[in-house]
Amino acid sequence: MEIKGHIHSIESFGTVDGPGVRMVVFLKGCPMRCKYCHNPDTWLPEGGTDMSVDEIMQQYENAKSFYKTGGITVTGGEPLMQIDFVCQLFERAKSEGIHTCLDTSGVTFNRNNAVLMEKFNHLIDLTDLVMLDIKHIDPEEHLKLTAHKNDNILDFARWLDEKHTDVWIRHVVVPGITENDEYLYKLGLFIGSLSNVKALDVLPYHNMGEVKYEQLGIDYPLKGTNPLPKERAVEAKKQILRGIKKAREAKV
Amino acid sequence: MKTQWQGFTGGLWEEEINVRDFIQRNYTPYDGDESFLAGPTKATTELWEQVLELSKKEREAGGVLDMDTKVISTITSHGPGYLDKSKEKIVGFQTDKPFKRSLQPYGGIRMAVKACADNGYTVDPEVVETFTTHRKTHNAGVFDVYTPEIRACRSNHIITGLPDAYGRGRIIGDYRRVALYGVDRLIEDKKDQKDSTSSVMYDDVIREREELAEQIRALEELKKLGEIYGFDISQPASNVQEAIQWTYFGYLAAVKEQNGAAMSLGRTSTFLDIYAERDLANGVFTEEEIQEFIDHFIMKLRLVKFARTPEYNSLFSGDPTWVTESIGGMGVDGRSMVTKMSFRYLHTLENIGTAPEPNMTVLWSTRLPINFKRFCAKTSINTSSIQYENDDLMRVTHGDDYAIACCVSSMRIGKEMQFFGARANLAKCLLYAINGGVDEVSKKQVGPKYRPITSEYLDFDEVMEKYLDMMKWLAGVYVNALNIIHYMHDKYCYERLQMALHDKEVTRWFATGIAGLSVVADSLSAIKYAKVKTIRDENGIVVDYEVEGDFPKYGNNDDRVDQMAAKLVHTFMKYVKANHTYRDGKPTTSILTITSNVMYGKNTGATPDGRKAGVPFAPGANPMHSRDSHGAVASLASVAKLPFRDAQDGISNTFSIIPGALGKDDMVFAGDLDIDLDLENLDK
Repeated sequence: MEIKGHIHSIESFGTVDGPGVRMVVFLKGCPMRCKYCHNPDTWLPEGGTDMSVDEIMQQYENAKSFYKTGGITVTGGEPLMQIDFVCQLFERAKSEGIHTCLDTSGVTFNRNNAVLMEKFNHLIDLTDLVMLDIKHIDPEEHLKLTAHKNDNILDFARWLDEKHTDVWIRHVVVPGITENDEYLYKLGLFIGSLSNVKALDVLPYHNMGEVKYEQLGIDYPLKGTNPLPKERAVEAKKQILRGIKKAREAKV
Repeated sequence: MKTQWQGFTGGLWEEEINVRDFIQRNYTPYDGDESFLAGPTKATTELWEQVLELSKKEREAGGVLDMDTKVISTITSHGPGYLDKSKEKIVGFQTDKPFKRSLQPYGGIRMAVKACADNGYTVDPEVVETFTTHRKTHNAGVFDVYTPEIRACRSNHIITGLPDAYGRGRIIGDYRRVALYGVDRLIEDKKDQKDSTSSVMYDDVIREREELAEQIRALEELKKLGEIYGFDISQPASNVQEAIQWTYFGYLAAVKEQNGAAMSLGRTSTFLDIYAERDLANGVFTEEEIQEFIDHFIMKLRLVKFARTPEYNSLFSGDPTWVTESIGGMGVDGRSMVTKMSFRYLHTLENIGTAPEPNMTVLWSTRLPINFKRFCAKTSINTSSIQYENDDLMRVTHGDDYAIACCVSSMRIGKEMQFFGARANLAKCLLYAINGGVDEVSKKQVGPKYRPITSEYLDFDEVMEKYLDMMKWLAGVYVNALNIIHYMHDKYCYERLQMALHDKEVTRWFATGIAGLSVVADSLSAIKYAKVKTIRDENGIVVDYEVEGDFPKYGNNDDRVDQMAAKLVHTFMKYVKANHTYRDGKPTTSILTITSNVMYGKNTGATPDGRKAGVPFAPGANPMHSRDSHGAVASLASVAKLPFRDAQDGISNTFSIIPGALGKDDMVFAGDLDIDLDLENLDK
């Protein structure tokens, strides 16, 4: 049965969401409420445009000469809210030899749900790269930051390792929240325990999403938090790398 | 073999004037990275500081530091000029000192006088008298012949920017010939050409013989220009420094004689690299020295200046000289034409900072070496100063020794030239179709008195039918105007030095141009897919439009409107081709108003796409501002659908993007490199 995706928007020239120039499909709906989220307009599953796999692939086809070294990235929102649709899209993409990238928080992952796991297993076979956002390493702080626990997210990362799926890890450094040497080091220890991580992208917090909150009439949770200077993100990355190094040394 | 050619692989190029053959037999493709490059020397930095100081003074003086008001610029009119002779490795200015603009009245004395007057200078009355009474100019010739219809089209801005009062430019002399052969050999060749013309004196034979005589005279003067600076350029250059200097003298002679709308350099880097490789191998010069020569050469090209009026500068949004240099590209044999010299040219942007001139243009092919691609991307991010053009498209028509004149006009160097033709305003033409030839701004009857559209809402089929008629009329008037212009330019302002650096038989591209493409495409789409209501003035002239409903907009990879744009280009070209062209010029068209789109918009009333009167057009073939809502690729894909075959003179797309959007931390190819965890060097 063909399912339609609830699409927030499509960016035809994505250059930071996976390798090469990519078509980036933003799906609607996200269960998390990260305080620094810069896409609050994707939270609700409703709204947006319903599109079929055919329609999306047609757009890709029309511009495919731009994507020779790129491919398709699915993001959101939380794309795994529409896992059945993503499966269909990636089935089609893989049948045409297109590189697939899934940009997710892993929040819907649950190893104990057999029905769901069947879908995850199927999807991951069709996925060339996962860009995994780890919002916070500490369970309590994660809950505060995102209104969600992180145990299943970290478990998702371990499971991807078991599946030998390539992963790029992304982490946003927010002053007063994740910019904390202890947490960053712990995050590094965790990442260092995995063997499938190909890249680590440490992003400084910015407040460019604030205007969207105003438009949506929602209070901006981080009002007053200043954007993090790039140099401090570089420092944070070093601290994570120290953790990774420690974990790797311990393994050897 | 001549001593200056020792070490080169010989061939056809020894027997005939054939720079391409020389390049193909001798160049060394380079697929390495930029690590060999050298920074600026002390002399380079000091000279550039001097230039910056003079530029500051020029700005403070209101844009012009000094002008000639008496000496008419010729190849030999001025003594030598220097910044600092002891430091300059490549020498030569248009006049006897840097930043002094030359007096060039052959294009039109009025323009020359006005350019001086607007900048606070007065041309010597004797010069004015000479060029008013005794010596006719290009401008005077054109206006003797223009019809009232052409004048009306011109003053109502449906045909704009015509080179009828200034130099047409867009001709590229093969300046490399000066270095490879020396001037004596070129003169000998031209004399031979003159001896081999037909002996029956038809008009065209007479013209040809006179032109060849002028070319020979210009070459003699070119030799004298060398002597003024203490060089004997009658013989070939013997090393890379001389090769650059000889080439530059060729170019300098051209800009001393012609104040053309675009005075482009050609494709010199790979040619010069052959000399550099030979000198490096023989230990004649070091990499530092060669980079210094190039830095000084580029510095000179940045200082090419012309006397121009504020109106001219506002038409082009600046004071452009279009010293375009084409870099890279692929050879027809499949080898990349990127050499170390390609890197050195681009590296000047680091060594002496960024600048709009010379207009460094990379002939881009998907098959260029990856290291060069990376270097280009990096340099683009750091300097925003590189122009890119599609070599894979142009190579098909022009082979592998073509160059770009101005911003997009491609031509085989020394074998093809162009008659520059400004632009027809197709958006205004659409309004003429609706208003029966009445100009919506001046309210004058400019076009033919075809029946106007009288309905309140526009009907697509009716508009289209009338639009095609009006386009056909416009193409006819336009080509006629250009025929007059180029006839007179050849007669009164002939580019004798530049044409001396061409073959005897040249292909002449008869260039036309289109302005307002995206406005028309969106207008037609609005008429077809939405409802467009006309708003009329008291005389029934439509002066504004109300669009009800949404419609597909060009720039979103939507065939419904993109195909209309493509068809428009094809149709206009078809109408242009149906006309007689001067000197058997081969019609081409371009869609390239990179800067003058603002001016065209200012002179055009409201359009059926909802654009208000006076609002700028999009530049070149760009979608209209903020109507491309599907991201850059969709926007680029729309532009890419325009048929190059019909717009062979070039399609330009101005693409602005913040460096961060091209990849993180300036790593454009981040996806190729799994980000290095770099555990080893942590905390070291």
